[in-house]
Amino acid sequence: MTQDSHVPFGMPRPVALDLAEVAPETVTRNGALAADEPEAAVAIAEGINVEAAARESGVFEVIEDLDRELVGLDPVKTRIREVAALLVVDMARRRFGLEAERPNLHMCFTGSPGTGKTTVAMRMATVLHRLGYLAKGHLVAVTRDELVGQYIGHTAPKTREVLKRAMGGVLFIDEAYYLHRQENDRDYGQEAIEILLQVMENQRNDIVVILAGYKDRMDQFFSSNPGMGSRIAHHIDFPDYDLDELVAIARIMLDRQNYAFSSDAAPAFRELMSRRMPQPRFANARSVRNALERARLRQANRLVSTGMLVTRDDLMRIEAEDIYKSRWFTEAGRQGSPEA
Amino acid sequence: MHVTQGTFSYLPPLTDAQINAQVQYSLDNVWAISVEFTDDPHPRNFLWDMWGLPMFDMRDPAAILLEVQRCRDAYPTRYIRVNAYDRTLGRQTTALSFIVQRPKDEKGFRLDRQEGRDRQVRYTIHPYALDRPPGERYER
Repeated sequence: MTQDSHVPFGMPRPVALDLAEVAPETVTRNGALAADEPEAAVAIAEGINVEAAARESGVFEVIEDLDRELVGLDPVKTRIREVAALLVVDMARRRFGLEAERPNLHMCFTGSPGTGKTTVAMRMATVLHRLGYLAKGHLVAVTRDELVGQYIGHTAPKTREVLKRAMGGVLFIDEAYYLHRQENDRDYGQEAIEILLQVMENQRNDIVVILAGYKDRMDQFFSSNPGMGSRIAHHIDFPDYDLDELVAIARIMLDRQNYAFSSDAAPAFRELMSRRMPQPRFANARSVRNALERARLRQANRLVSTGMLVTRDDLMRIEAEDIYKSRWFTEAGRQGSPEA
Repeated sequence: MHVTQGTFSYLPPLTDAQINAQVQYSLDNVWAISVEFTDDPHPRNFLWDMWGLPMFDMRDPAAILLEVQRCRDAYPTRYIRVNAYDRTLGRQTTALSFIVQRPKDEKGFRLDRQEGRDRQVRYTIHPYALDRPPGERYER
């Protein structure tokens, strides 16, 4: 039959501190501290190597991956490191019977498009899962459409359905400020916000909500929904990438798809980005990806039209001419591309 | 009288942690889970009222327990059960069904005898709860 020990389910592989062992006690610990004294004493005698514990939980691997695969974003990385450290210490404290409330883990990511908010949210889910704060560690990404209904009585079940799907993981609400429509106070978005708040408060152990969007509009959103702002502990701002970082991102993206810049393509790409950056609708890493996609198209076209034998190297290499044909060179008009 | 219907019904009522474990087991098997309630405990009454739609793509038992709790809040005096449906070809049936809430005072059943022709007697089970109109059967 069912075991009596109320081990939280879906607990990830046992963490060094053996959360599974600790958790059931913490549930009943209020006022029952004396009962655990002997065990706590043993643990204190041994001491806990917090760093080793964190290492064994595999959290550092995730964070190192994050460091390696994501260019720039230093404030974000620092913040995630801090959050992870807090959670590791929190685990250690529980081991010693130092009761503290489960830290508030709801977050708000602000920043321009393409600065890696979704990617970081996904990593965050993994980190929280490894540390045992989330049972499953999956990410459910939604926008207003998936939360807010079309008619009276439609919103609540819809929002609740999404929340239930996200249980045990992270609910990522992109452009969360659209939930609140200032000009229309009968908008159903308000209902969705209320249900969100209720679940964020009551089911803190089962779900982590991450809101994302532009900084200024997010601030506006919080000022009109103070309850939401106060329930979010971590406000993380994602800075825009600079030119060097964009080129580094391009290299990583190409590398992942087994492409590479030729020696003169890299400066060409750098120039392309310097022209693209001040333009409207520049979306950081997303623009880099789009530019690379188009470069791939042109490379394919060039290879097909040569009519000569193509080597493995040719197939992998993006040449400068593939980049100079971009409309940012021709339309800007300042400098015609050398080839076209 | 303790109604014994579905799995685990000969055991003491399951705790939330035990329900959680059973739901996790069902989720691991990719069974669709639904919550149902009734105030008619007759053993032949297998069609209970649905509490919302069955839940298909849930990952965590917390989601199902949330619905169970909402159902309990709405109907604190009725029977509530959790069903898990196995859609696998060849099975396509309820794989697990267990009661997660029962009324405080379960009223039990009486045996009715009906005299037929030729000294024949027909027996039928009658839940005492049914003597009151639906909705008030377990209210005090």
